[in-house]
Amino acid sequence: MPALGKDLIGLETLTADQIRLILDTAEPFKEVSERAIKKVPALRGKTIVNLFFEASTRTRISFEFAEKRLSADTVNVASAGSSVSKGETLVDTARNLEAMRIDMVVIRHGSSGAAQFLGERIASNVINAGDGKHEHPTQGLLDLLTLRDRFGSIAGLKVAICGDILHSRVARSNIWGLTKLGAEVAVCGPPSLLPRHVEELGVTVLPRIEDAIAWADALNILRLQLERMQAGFIPSLREYNRVFGVTRDRLARAPKDLVILHPGPMNRGVEIDSDVADGPFSVILPQVTNGVAVRMAVLYLLAGGTTAVSAAARGEAT
Amino acid sequence: MNPILIRGGRVIDPSRGADGLADVYLADGRVGAVGRGIVPGEGAIIVDASNKVVAPGLIDLHVHLREPGQEDVETVATGAMAAAAGGFTAVCAMPNTDPVTDNQAAVGFIVSQAQKAAKARVYPIGAISLGQQGEQLAEFGELVGAGAVAVSDDGKPVVSSQLMRTALEYARTFGIPVADHCEDPTLAAGGAMHEGLVSTRLGLKGVPAAAEEIMVARDIILAELTGGHVHLCHMSTRGSVELIRRAKEKGLRVTAEATPHHFSLTHARCEDYDTNAKMNPPLREPEDVEAIRRALKDGTIDVVASDHAPHHYDAKEREFDLAPNGILGLETALGVAIRDLVVPGVLTLAELVDRMSTAPARVFHLPGGTLAVGAPADVVVFDPAEKWVVRPEAFYSKSRNTPYGGETLTGRTEVTIVRGRVVFDRTRG
Repeated sequence: MPALGKDLIGLETLTADQIRLILDTAEPFKEVSERAIKKVPALRGKTIVNLFFEASTRTRISFEFAEKRLSADTVNVASAGSSVSKGETLVDTARNLEAMRIDMVVIRHGSSGAAQFLGERIASNVINAGDGKHEHPTQGLLDLLTLRDRFGSIAGLKVAICGDILHSRVARSNIWGLTKLGAEVAVCGPPSLLPRHVEELGVTVLPRIEDAIAWADALNILRLQLERMQAGFIPSLREYNRVFGVTRDRLARAPKDLVILHPGPMNRGVEIDSDVADGPFSVILPQVTNGVAVRMAVLYLLAGGTTAVSAAARGEAT
Repeated sequence: MNPILIRGGRVIDPSRGADGLADVYLADGRVGAVGRGIVPGEGAIIVDASNKVVAPGLIDLHVHLREPGQEDVETVATGAMAAAAGGFTAVCAMPNTDPVTDNQAAVGFIVSQAQKAAKARVYPIGAISLGQQGEQLAEFGELVGAGAVAVSDDGKPVVSSQLMRTALEYARTFGIPVADHCEDPTLAAGGAMHEGLVSTRLGLKGVPAAAEEIMVARDIILAELTGGHVHLCHMSTRGSVELIRRAKEKGLRVTAEATPHHFSLTHARCEDYDTNAKMNPPLREPEDVEAIRRALKDGTIDVVASDHAPHHYDAKEREFDLAPNGILGLETALGVAIRDLVVPGVLTLAELVDRMSTAPARVFHLPGGTLAVGAPADVVVFDPAEKWVVRPEAFYSKSRNTPYGGETLTGRTEVTIVRGRVVFDRTRG
């Protein structure tokens, strides 16, 4: 039995040990990206399709770098300009890809459950790169790795996830990952952007951003999408910044220095002020760097790699 | 047509408060006699009903037969056959066909297709508004003249309170109920399942219970204003039950139905994004299921209706939020109801026969629902104890979309008789 099973759909279904295994596996892969020749042969001969039904820059490029640095052969499919825009169903797209004898699919899709749906219907490994409002497990993992780098351990850490929890797959993956590793998690945002019964996921609800700042060791600040204002969840971006924005003034009143995470892309001046994003406690760019290492670890483990990780990272044959 | 003697069964006829061993004799399309030791006439067909229940044929007030428009997923004929196999002798077909059943010709077409099929009776329900657009009232008089037994824009709520008011008032002329699909479209917009902990975990947009309850409350208020008869389709929440209970205490002309899935399944069935658990209204919480069961017991909810909603096999084979709503119901309703209402002691068998036959006939003013002498010879014989495994591939319906596939149900139709003619006999298939 592979260490993670066939697919990576979400962090909800992983055990704490499996999450730790991914993070530990990512450690030696970090170094690969620091080399002059950023390549190891761990996935040589494997074919991976990056199937992106939604726009993505960071996640798609991060996966592609991770795949290429492991020497896999990769193909990118975006919905625009593909058979999907001609009305092909997801299951037909998947079957056609599989008929070309691929090994893995990385899927980003606007519908919650799309990655699981695909995983149940094809033999290839499926990695969820974000499905609707459900999960974005590799984002959750890279956030965990970044926090672990900074604090040494996740257990006992107080992390507040701030913003649009209702529509956020990043929030859900963070909640599962953090709580499984023993962190205390709070969510903070306008009640119109909090999902029903969210506290039953094992988190505390903090009503005001000032409460979150006073309580937390780290803030994970979610992107507030412009569409949420148009859909009437909040009155305006300006008011959102006034009431829920993470600003330097608010942080200055915190009892300690808070580590600042953001999954990107940022709306500077809305959920986060520029001087916070660019400030000394921001780990937003280390998150991006860790994203490649975490995705290398996930690809490597799903492909069947279990032990001798450091050997793989050194570039020795596995 | 030969007379039929149904011999030695447990005859349950809620219309007469009867429940005991008896023979039932059917002749000339009518119930000829009910009693012990009936001697059959010349050439009578004998149906041995020992250890079986003999009841007035089941009546389903809420089915979608998809004809005209989607004959690939169901037709009046296949739906009427599926109904017969499920013990139903009459079904009421919702008007959300393509084109919509909003005129007398469309109603007449369904009546004619049902006559050709000659299985369960099919009563058309006409649209409330032309094209179910929620704007202009359909011609209720002509709909009724062609055979419609009620009006509904089911599949869609009647958004305009003014239109609903007018429909309730105008329907009084013809003595027909106005059946409403209660859903506030702004609260329900984009929702794929019940709004609750499961939708939060799955990341699916939820439909709050309030979306249904707001419209239930409005319809009750309009029923009071107009004196019209509002029939509330597929009630799914404990809040709706509470509202209906109060309306009935006030003596308002409000009737209500619940589906087998809403008294047997919860939103937990949406786990793993199973699209066969996607319906509208959505599967709710255990407390709602419990409230629906109690409401069926005390009569707050009058009838069990299936909301039989066929879909092509691959229409459900897709992303949860993009999959269509609805499941089949005709061939599983009785087995689910006995398993989940009668076996646990919520309803007696006699109460279930009332909710699935006598009460539906009363609510929509239909023939049947009784074995009184002279009543139509619409009869079901079922085995209340038989356990059977649902095999969707064996359905008479053209479609296969059911969440009950592979489950064991209790209670199964043996023989269905419509107008004194055997239209389904399990021993002959």
